[in-house]
Amino acid sequence: MKNIWIIAKREFSSFFNSLTAYIMLILFLGISGLFTWFIGRDIFFIKEASLQVFFSIAYWTLFFFIPAITMRLIAEEKKSGTIELLLTKPVSDWQVVLGKFSATLGLVIVALLLTLPYYITVSLVGPIDHGATITAYLGLILMSAAYISIGLFASSLTSNQIIGFLLALTIGIFFQILFSIFSGLMSGFFSELFHYLNLSTHFESISRGVLDSRNIIFFLSIVFTGMVLTEANLAKSRL
Amino acid sequence: MDIQVQNLTKIYGNQRAVDDISFMVRTGEVLGFLGPNGAGKTTTLKAIATFLVPEKGKINVGKYDTAEQPETVKRHIGYMPENNPLYGDMPVIDYLHFTAAIQGVPKKMIRERIGEMIRVCGLEDEKHKNINELSKGYQQRVGLAQALIHDPAVLILDEPTSGLDPNQIIEIRELIRKIGKAKTVILSSHILAEVEATCDRIMIINKGRIVADGTAGELRKQAQGKEILQVTIEDGTPDEVFGRLQELDTVETVDFIRNKANSFEIQSKNDVSSRRGIFGLCRENNWVLTEMSVTETKLEDIFRELTMN
Repeated sequence: MKNIWIIAKREFSSFFNSLTAYIMLILFLGISGLFTWFIGRDIFFIKEASLQVFFSIAYWTLFFFIPAITMRLIAEEKKSGTIELLLTKPVSDWQVVLGKFSATLGLVIVALLLTLPYYITVSLVGPIDHGATITAYLGLILMSAAYISIGLFASSLTSNQIIGFLLALTIGIFFQILFSIFSGLMSGFFSELFHYLNLSTHFESISRGVLDSRNIIFFLSIVFTGMVLTEANLAKSRL
Repeated sequence: MDIQVQNLTKIYGNQRAVDDISFMVRTGEVLGFLGPNGAGKTTTLKAIATFLVPEKGKINVGKYDTAEQPETVKRHIGYMPENNPLYGDMPVIDYLHFTAAIQGVPKKMIRERIGEMIRVCGLEDEKHKNINELSKGYQQRVGLAQALIHDPAVLILDEPTSGLDPNQIIEIRELIRKIGKAKTVILSSHILAEVEATCDRIMIINKGRIVADGTAGELRKQAQGKEILQVTIEDGTPDEVFGRLQELDTVETVDFIRNKANSFEIQSKNDVSSRRGIFGLCRENNWVLTEMSVTETKLEDIFRELTMN
């Protein structure tokens, strides 16, 4: 536990050392703020005290941003050779995986915390559904966790960050839209299966305020699978 | 803490990078691991540092097995990998703090250990700089500092002085010698002078096998069975001198030395010297012996002989 914390702390501070964190936070707040308040079907257009607009924007922004953060997590260490240094310290592969995962999730949570002023502002102007807003935030966190885990796995497959990024995005796009399209094209069991695998189904039901264990299990199993595969990849590099 | 390697074999594709090697390093010993590029030095060191899982063989560090208790082994090892990889975007002091914490140095001791490492490795003026702003020599010192931060019993250094200037090399060597007194140290290199200057024992490895093992003196003695002389004999015709030299009982081979008139290189048979015989020959024929020197077998020659085939 202590080792996970030490690794996560180092990883987290390196986001800020390398400017990644600042760029990601500014872009995330900029884009989500712009679309929530000023452009398109913004809050003033729909005339409701609800953050639905923000959540659907954040859902897509995070989808693109997370691979950009996760791409370097392992690929960079492989390229510079520091992975050898890290894995010859008294830590297990799992601690490395969990440390890197938590640091990234921490950064996403910081980004989401910085949007709390949106929540406060909207709740001041009208009767906001507090329950749904909180579960929607939770949905964003769960969805981020899933994509971080996928990104971590993609990063562990290569020593090239760009490949890590594109790979994460490619895997992600299946969960984000392709599975839903497949589901529409097929019928019966496969339609059901792809419908279940479609991440937005689960996200939407959580962001409506429904906390169903099936949705949570869905996200957690992606997180878990990604981590197991990442750990297997690290172990494989020793052979 | 002793290191014991038994029948270590590591195969990459269809190439045996390390082929069934066994050796032991005792506490307080500094072992120099020597070999041409691709001989299997780095692979062996990686296996001891638990970064590679060997196909076959057993490695014990103290009483701990690297395959069964890797975490315990890692706690006792200070390792500096080849090319000295470091987190370039971190300041030196933060990096050392991270390493100390992850090596399990107790919280109260961390500041003290970092201070000590900065002093020992001469990093005082650089401690707040980012690692990638440092020169290669200073980066090397950071690499050494991170390997030593938890005061490990075993130190494994893969080419610790590569890319340094001569002054830095001497400093690092002295540092290793100083540290090495109480620890078990393995360092690899392909520079012979370096190994001779720093190590108590030298092991030469080629194509994944150990081809020589001993102190520099022992290795020299092994190869020095044959005396090699350079002589210059004047006043005789070169062909005649050449012929007569070859007839001496103690002489095995005679060669002309190129670009040097009347000079010969003479290799004696095992364990005998031709010096007196050559002098006698000159006196008999009224030749003048203007030069005679013994060519000392250099470690370079031993190294070449053992690793070229």
